[in-house]
Amino acid sequence: MTVGGNSLTDTAEHPLQTLDRVVIRFAGDSGDGMQLTGDRFTSVSALFGNDLSTLPDYPAEIRAPAGTLAGVSAFQVSIADHDILTPGDAPNVLVAMNPAALKANLKDLLSGGTILVNVDAFDERNLVKAGYEANPLTDDSLAGYTVYEVPMTSLTLEAAKPTGAKPRDAERSKNFFALGLVSWMYTRPVEDTLQWIAARFAKTPTVAESNALAFKAGYNFGETAELFDSAYEVKPTHFDPGTYTNISGNTAIAWGLVAAGQLANLPVFLGSYPITPASDILHELSKHKNFGVRTMQAEDEIAGVGAALGAAFGGHLGVTTTSGPGVVLKSETIGLAVSMELPLVIIDIQRGGPSTGLPTKTEQADLLLAVYGRHGESPLPVVAAKTPSDCFFAAIEAVRIAVKYRTPVILLSDGYLANGTEPWRLPAVEDLPEISAPFTTEPNGTDAAGNPVYLPFLRDPETLARPWAVPGTPGLEHRIGGLEKSDPTGNISYDPANHEHMVRTRAAKVAGIAKDIPPVEVDDQEGAELLVLGWGSTYGSIGAAVAAARAGGRKVAQAHLTHLSPFPANLGEVLSRYRRVIVPEMNLGQLSRMVRAEFLVDARAVSKVQGQPFKASEIQAAIDEALESLQSEARA
Amino acid sequence: MTDVAPPTTKKDWSSDQEVRWCPGCGDYSILTAVQMLMPELNVRRENTVFVSGIGCSSRFPYYMNTYGMHSIHGRAPAIATGLAVARPDLDVWVITGDGDGLSIGGNHLIHALRRNVNLTILLFNNQIYGLTKGQYSPTSEVGKVTKSTPFGSVDWPFNPLSLALGAEATFVARTHDLDRKHMMETFRRAHEHKGAAFVEIFQNCNVFNDGAFEQITAKDNRSHMLIPLEHGRPIRFGPDGEKGVALDGQGRAAIVNVADVGEDALVVHDEKRPEPGLAFMLTRLSHGPYEPTPIGVFRAVERPTYGDQIQRQLLDAQSRSGPGDLAKLLSSGSTWEV
Repeated sequence: MTVGGNSLTDTAEHPLQTLDRVVIRFAGDSGDGMQLTGDRFTSVSALFGNDLSTLPDYPAEIRAPAGTLAGVSAFQVSIADHDILTPGDAPNVLVAMNPAALKANLKDLLSGGTILVNVDAFDERNLVKAGYEANPLTDDSLAGYTVYEVPMTSLTLEAAKPTGAKPRDAERSKNFFALGLVSWMYTRPVEDTLQWIAARFAKTPTVAESNALAFKAGYNFGETAELFDSAYEVKPTHFDPGTYTNISGNTAIAWGLVAAGQLANLPVFLGSYPITPASDILHELSKHKNFGVRTMQAEDEIAGVGAALGAAFGGHLGVTTTSGPGVVLKSETIGLAVSMELPLVIIDIQRGGPSTGLPTKTEQADLLLAVYGRHGESPLPVVAAKTPSDCFFAAIEAVRIAVKYRTPVILLSDGYLANGTEPWRLPAVEDLPEISAPFTTEPNGTDAAGNPVYLPFLRDPETLARPWAVPGTPGLEHRIGGLEKSDPTGNISYDPANHEHMVRTRAAKVAGIAKDIPPVEVDDQEGAELLVLGWGSTYGSIGAAVAAARAGGRKVAQAHLTHLSPFPANLGEVLSRYRRVIVPEMNLGQLSRMVRAEFLVDARAVSKVQGQPFKASEIQAAIDEALESLQSEARA
Repeated sequence: MTDVAPPTTKKDWSSDQEVRWCPGCGDYSILTAVQMLMPELNVRRENTVFVSGIGCSSRFPYYMNTYGMHSIHGRAPAIATGLAVARPDLDVWVITGDGDGLSIGGNHLIHALRRNVNLTILLFNNQIYGLTKGQYSPTSEVGKVTKSTPFGSVDWPFNPLSLALGAEATFVARTHDLDRKHMMETFRRAHEHKGAAFVEIFQNCNVFNDGAFEQITAKDNRSHMLIPLEHGRPIRFGPDGEKGVALDGQGRAAIVNVADVGEDALVVHDEKRPEPGLAFMLTRLSHGPYEPTPIGVFRAVERPTYGDQIQRQLLDAQSRSGPGDLAKLLSSGSTWEV
């Protein structure tokens, strides 16, 4: 096989073993380009036709001190020949670019797993920085693993020599050497990566050349070094026919918003302030100005939501994107939107809290904040996405509800969904739901003298939504604000009975949305007494755990919530069918608390707050424990 | 084709809501000035929006028969920015006060000014918190005794115009609530300005800070204490124009006797100077409403507005890549067929 003028050795000469799934973790310094390497491996695997799931894991510091544990950045990808739900509990393969990367990630590696180390980085200095007293490559501590020591730095320098690049610059291509080597090990196609390198680094030809040479050197090293017994293949997954793309949650949300704007025939206005892990939505939406999308990087979180609300008053689809700390700052403005009853979408990409917490890590601890976190009686609908690609549909659903019911809606995603990716079969545009957002253009009432007037709070009797008349419409001039409004004129009212009436009406409007959302579906199993209830990004781990438990002969039912406020109308009845309900969530028990309060059921939280998604095995253990306790109760 | 709005009267611009400011409040005369000005501006009620924050002055939108929003404390400039950017066809006014605009909402105000959002911002400065019943504000003088400062305030006050010029606002002016003609003229200029127009209005709170501006705005004091700024004219004041403003040997603006320095030494007011430095110096002539104080338009320069530039980027993107095509967007990453 010849690629780009340099020959690549043909893997066909090596024995090939077939695997159904492999989990690889690339780990190195924050500056080593591990996210890029993982991303690239993912892309070629997607194009090759594998199902896949990814888990980037990087520190909040842009460049923590090189060689230290704090600076380790990792990217885990699982590829399979079948449908998979998670990026895998434990890697089979760890690529460690330095001692710190080895030390930080070894504990997660499957026992007996494979380690590829850049042996050049295992010098005294780096070992000390990583806190190793002895070199783990020589002290037998890795005896339980298959370790390949590869001089990645020196081979990269050697390979890049023809470019004339300074060693310090050429050395930075070593991640492509690693990518080349792993690409050989797992028989990934190479042409696409070489093209990608040429395009990505087109402005710096020397870097492009040195990356390409390092990539090829890594690939050829696998074939010729006689270090490896065999290469592996993971065959393509059987997918439903269609066009696929690999998508992250944040991109899916951005595209979902663009789509929703088109479906509702409303121009999108995003007011946002940069915050991890939400900023990529701002970046992505900023590119799509030809859709009429306006993006504004505001002076702060409050201005971001304020501008979005101002745009909503003007008849635009007002959106703000943020993470937990930003939601708190926006709370007062969200309350204003509740009170004025204007459509607004607030997107919370949850991260570890409280306070600055773990900015780059995932958590689901903003659920109670989203549902209840405003002063006064201030209910609003809350929607949560469950997978990266589901973020697209969740964004459309949030917009549908906001626009139809003239209410702010909070959409919850999290760091895991935001940066994780999965293959997504592109939906047909004509299959997307319709969003109707008619503006009121005529007076809807008369005053005492019989003259036509506009009554901004005269509601639709079915939805209880108020009319939406936008500035520029003659004859419908009106004032709204945060002070309590007289029904239906919207004028300021301090009347006690009117206030209670308005509080109850706003609550009834939101509660009534339950009639307009699908019932929660249960993946039931005949005879199951245990229900695993989830919401948001735990979907994959719960699904994998339930499948494994069933494979082990256990009876378990599973249900997953997209709508957290209001709950689907049938949820209470569903919960009552099971003797025990467990709720795995990345918090200390927020959904479990809500369903206990709402339905008086004995729902029990399965909590994890480590900034990392659940492993399927952790949920499986919780399932086993719940089933055992049910059995022992039955025996007693 | 110029759009000619149907003729209106003050009554058309007044809502049916009872005005609930304290009797004698300076806000009444400002409301009247705005309601009287609107029929002269060739604008339509349906295209006019008043956005306010919280405070006595922020009830203003309820009294205008236009679109309006009485929002939350300090946030009116941010909300109005979104509205003005989304809807460049609208005429958006912001009504705020010294507490609302300079304390809790100071950040939004300076950013709206630096971005040059197309807004007409009226800041009612009464140097006190009225709605919360009499605490000192960010424009109260040092030593001010209020409910929250029984031993006198130790806060150094903001000069609102210095702040606006520091943010490089493109239009900066000052007027006061006892001179309707001057208010209307100043508001008219502010409204005509394309971009962020900032007007400070000295406004009397007759309940909690009565007479705060009397030393300079009372009829008998004006000719001595108010320095009218007129574009292209030497800056002079006094009953017979005997005083003026000149630059001293160190380049500082100072009040002088015209007889001492000669008319040629006076500063000729130029509101179109690109650099805000001299306008800033004029705002520093007075340290409070007890010294001769300039009023009128300090600065009126042209700079592209925020909304126009955003609009331009949208149009450029559409002419470059055509209108958005959703199916094309979804397949814009690397895709594969199964």
